[in-house]
Amino acid sequence: MDPTNPILEVKDLTHVYSAGTPFEHTAIEHISFSVGAGELIGLIGHTGSGKSTLIQHLNGLLKPTSGKVLFHGEDIWKDKKFTQSIRGRVGLVFQYPEYQLFEETCFKDIAFGPKNQGITGNELTERVYRAAAFVGLDKDILEKSPFDLSGGQKRRVAIAGVIAMEPEVLILDEPTAGLDAAGRDGILQNILDYREAQKATVIMVSHAMEEVANLCQRLIVMRKAAIAMDGTPDQVFTRARELTEMGLSVPQVTEIFLELQRRGIPVPDSVYTLSQAISALQKLKGGKTPC
Amino acid sequence: MLKDITLGQFFPGKSLIHRLDPRAKLLILLAYFVALFLAKSYISYGLMVLFLAAATMIARIPFKSMTRGLKPMLIFIILTAVLNLLYTKGGRLLLSWKFIHIYTEGIKSAVFMALRIILLICGSFLLTYTTSPIALTDALERLLSPLKFIKVPVHELAMMMCIALRFIPTLIEETDKIMSAQKARGANFETGSLLKRAKALIPILVPLFVSAFRRADELATAMECRCYHGGEGRTRMKVLRFTWLDLGAFAVAGLLLAAVIVLRHFGL
Repeated sequence: MDPTNPILEVKDLTHVYSAGTPFEHTAIEHISFSVGAGELIGLIGHTGSGKSTLIQHLNGLLKPTSGKVLFHGEDIWKDKKFTQSIRGRVGLVFQYPEYQLFEETCFKDIAFGPKNQGITGNELTERVYRAAAFVGLDKDILEKSPFDLSGGQKRRVAIAGVIAMEPEVLILDEPTAGLDAAGRDGILQNILDYREAQKATVIMVSHAMEEVANLCQRLIVMRKAAIAMDGTPDQVFTRARELTEMGLSVPQVTEIFLELQRRGIPVPDSVYTLSQAISALQKLKGGKTPC
Repeated sequence: MLKDITLGQFFPGKSLIHRLDPRAKLLILLAYFVALFLAKSYISYGLMVLFLAAATMIARIPFKSMTRGLKPMLIFIILTAVLNLLYTKGGRLLLSWKFIHIYTEGIKSAVFMALRIILLICGSFLLTYTTSPIALTDALERLLSPLKFIKVPVHELAMMMCIALRFIPTLIEETDKIMSAQKARGANFETGSLLKRAKALIPILVPLFVSAFRRADELATAMECRCYHGGEGRTRMKVLRFTWLDLGAFAVAGLLLAAVIVLRHFGL
């Protein structure tokens, strides 16, 4: 990450839904942070903590009640055309994106995004094939109706629909919700591949702590419309106790080590991956290989 | 945002009006409508306004929400008033300019017509503001139950209405979500020719229909799993019972209707 050149900057962002009615509700309040180019960020928080509202500001879907969002240093609301172009450069994959498929064939559906960007002809075909390859879809599936596919395949088509716009920042809201273990790992790998190939920035909203703990280099924890923690997984999981108090689950290994600590066994504070756990236990046993 | 459409939305509360039996509220609204169409004089209209204002105050519904409900109807109200103003003859001629002739009767009928529409709308809003949709369909089912004898499927109709009402917010939320998702893919609903904008709706409507059918299917299965088989022999969790409160409300509404009829009889 290059902190002097942030790709996205959020400055004192506040959003109030249904302002001026009895249903008024502040979803996020005075949020500020910046995202460096190429970062892989996990965004976690309880339901209703404002995650979804926040990410919809990053590509200009929601207009801030107050505050600013800067993309490459420019206000994304500076003019209408710019806001529209941001949607292609900051790709947002919603939760359960398979419910937004509408075309007759997967090919056409994936082409919808880039077509709206004004891409046509060979370039369009190439983009679709490239996006399909990123998510591991065969070419013969592209001619099928998206409604005939399995749940996991539909999800891939929907993600490809955003990837085909080749965004510099890819934001995904719970990309693995409702998938089985194999589908989950597959899609996560696809996202990592895309990031690698395009040098893209990725922000991933997730409930699954294991997932973000193992993948991301930076975690942002949201609580009650504000950012509660922001740091490396190491820094965040050192405060595992606070996380559990917020009603967030921590990785199972972390939970075990918290319990070990509670029982007076001298183990380190932030253990969140299996390999860390193994080395911590090895150290405890005096360097002997575990059985 | 679509979610901000709050017209006629139920405001939960515990006021006297909220606690009235929904059947009583429906019947009283009916009596109120009849009185409204019988009213012919300033005094009877004054009574109607008084009745509505008192009910609104008892229900603790802010007057602002009432007037907000009127906004979409404003053009219609003004148009009706102006037409009445221009085309009613009688009484003294107040103003005559080219083809425009305004009589005292014209002013009176314009005021009455506008007032009638406003009172009609506000009265209906008061009902939907203070009664949950579920209670309302329940009341309708009970009130229409005599029609069962002539083989009208009252229960099924009420159930359909209940389900439809239940799913309006869900579908609005869903539409919002799909719109955002397609906008995130660069769809543009705000600019372009009419044809282009109509075409831009396809990416919203197709997923919306697909999900509506999916939901309907899931709901039907869920209902069958719980042995739903129509209204026959079905008991209710909340049994509607008239109370002294309802009787009092009926008395007040009856008095209002009677007063308007008597006033009309005396040509007032």
